[in-house]
Amino acid sequence: MMPEEAQQFAIRVHDLVVGFGRQVVLDHLSLDVRKGEILGLVGASGGGKSVLMRTIIGLIPRQSGEIEVMCRPISGALDRGTQPAAGSWGILFQQGALFSSLTVRQNVQFPLRENLVLSQALVDEIATAKLEMVGLTQPDGDKFPSELSGGMTKRVALARALALDPAIVFLDEPTSGLDPIAAGEFDALIKTLQQTLGLTVFMVTHDLASLNTVCDRVAALADGKIVAIGSMRDLLQSEHPWVRAYFHGKRSQMLQPKAS
Amino acid sequence: MSSPLLTATATGDGIELRPVGSWTAAHVKSLEALSDGVAAELDRSRSVKLDLAGLSELDTLGAWLIEKLSRRVLAAGHRADVTGIADDYAGLIEEMHQVNRHSSAPIATPNPVLARLGDLGRSASNATEDVAVFLQMLGSLFLVLVGMLRRPRSLRITSLVYQLYKVGWQAIPIMVLITFLIGAIIAQQGFFHFRRFGAESYTVDMVGILVLRELGVLIVAIMVAGRSGSAYTAELGSMKMREEIDALLTMGLDPVEVLILPRVVALVIALPILSFIGSVAALYGGGLIAQFYGDMGPPIYIARLHEAISVTHFEVGIIKAPFMALVIGVVACSEGLRVKGSAESLGRQTTTSVVKSIFLVIVLDGLFAVFFASIGM
Repeated sequence: MMPEEAQQFAIRVHDLVVGFGRQVVLDHLSLDVRKGEILGLVGASGGGKSVLMRTIIGLIPRQSGEIEVMCRPISGALDRGTQPAAGSWGILFQQGALFSSLTVRQNVQFPLRENLVLSQALVDEIATAKLEMVGLTQPDGDKFPSELSGGMTKRVALARALALDPAIVFLDEPTSGLDPIAAGEFDALIKTLQQTLGLTVFMVTHDLASLNTVCDRVAALADGKIVAIGSMRDLLQSEHPWVRAYFHGKRSQMLQPKAS
Repeated sequence: MSSPLLTATATGDGIELRPVGSWTAAHVKSLEALSDGVAAELDRSRSVKLDLAGLSELDTLGAWLIEKLSRRVLAAGHRADVTGIADDYAGLIEEMHQVNRHSSAPIATPNPVLARLGDLGRSASNATEDVAVFLQMLGSLFLVLVGMLRRPRSLRITSLVYQLYKVGWQAIPIMVLITFLIGAIIAQQGFFHFRRFGAESYTVDMVGILVLRELGVLIVAIMVAGRSGSAYTAELGSMKMREEIDALLTMGLDPVEVLILPRVVALVIALPILSFIGSVAALYGGGLIAQFYGDMGPPIYIARLHEAISVTHFEVGIIKAPFMALVIGVVACSEGLRVKGSAESLGRQTTTSVVKSIFLVIVLDGLFAVFFASIGM
């Protein structure tokens, strides 16, 4: 592949095999994520979506295959200190994974403090700026993670993921557990941030609405492979039986008002 | 990735600033110096033009520093014009324009004397709360126990047996090892020091009485507090954190009955047995030292032991064991239920649980010593 062509991809996964014991979860999977796009990943529960995400960020060892993030190969080892791409990504874990003994503000300041040499005043200002960008107010900054609602936890986790202005953010089910209004706001927030900061977003989600509104492309994971990838329109027309069942199933029909 | 620059050109009564290059987090050190460097000039000029056309890279940090420059000018009451914003950065600069508008309320520093007094008062009220929590747990255990006597089938046998296996059976090897060593050490010290005035045979009296009355049960209780008490606190604490306790409550079940009673009862059963086994191991350790270090064969050791100790000594020791177990169990479980949401609080309550139960075990031992002395046992 030509280097210029390789440049336009933020994440490249080639021929990836991941399994636990004798069970194969990802079976020779390949996936490319373009720079600056929002890619939604759908798949059955327990079908390996989170495994794929965690393998890309190096949390799960792989059996074979290559992974590149921003043109840098990801080592399969779990030594976090040696992971070369750690500065260029931000990760929003499904449960937030906020540090429970730090306040919200300290959680956002943590990556800044650890990775940059900044004056305290600037750390405070940047952290406040990030919190305000995700729609939190000044008093929220002094709360502890155990005092936050589900939606606020996700916002704080997003602020922390964005603290270092990463090129890529990984979102693991960002809207799960949020009411439709909050989920819609979160989708809009992701879209806005993606446009202002020029982010590449890799999003694992089940939320049909957010797939439809924010994702530039959608990839469907079934049987350990990417069976369909493209715009929402392409996926709706896909002939793959699982993809058809996913997008044309009873639940997605429920979104249409019933004809009386 | 060109290094950032900030050029200032004077234009009449104003100044034109041109940020050039990468204004990103990677260059934060020089960026802070650059923007501080022009501060004095900014304050002097009437109108300021910011031309952003030379920027090659911009992130939140850089955009915020530029926003800070223009805010500084506006705050001084002068004009600031920002021009040459590339389309890519327009959103970010607009975003930065919105943030950090509310100045944070200054944190009031309290009077140090008052703060000290406040801390003192708070710790006094915490101490009374500790007593209240202990009594409350004891009371609810008692209530559940009374209810159990009326409905014996509500006792959770499976859970009780499992806890007994964990805190009793699995603890035997380490308890035997520790008490064996303690018995051996006491005997060795006895022989070493008593030998000087020819009272070696009294070593056996010392080992027998000390182990049966005090050390056997005390060492085992302290070991159990560290081994099983901490486990109880951590288990219940993480159940509390994951809302498992709340789930039990909403199913109409009493966590005291389901979780705490089997644990405490298991301790109350296991601790006397462990102290008995531990005492025997300590006496055995003393016997081995007598043979190999004190030149006193097993028949003489056993005969001396037979003369020196009576059932009373054994009773004094073993009577204390269930009470110590109760204290350890109640402290461990009530501290577990006091865990809040954070990982730090789990660690803190586990430490508190172990420290407090060891302290109370020793206090209890002292009270028993006074009691037995006054009734002549």
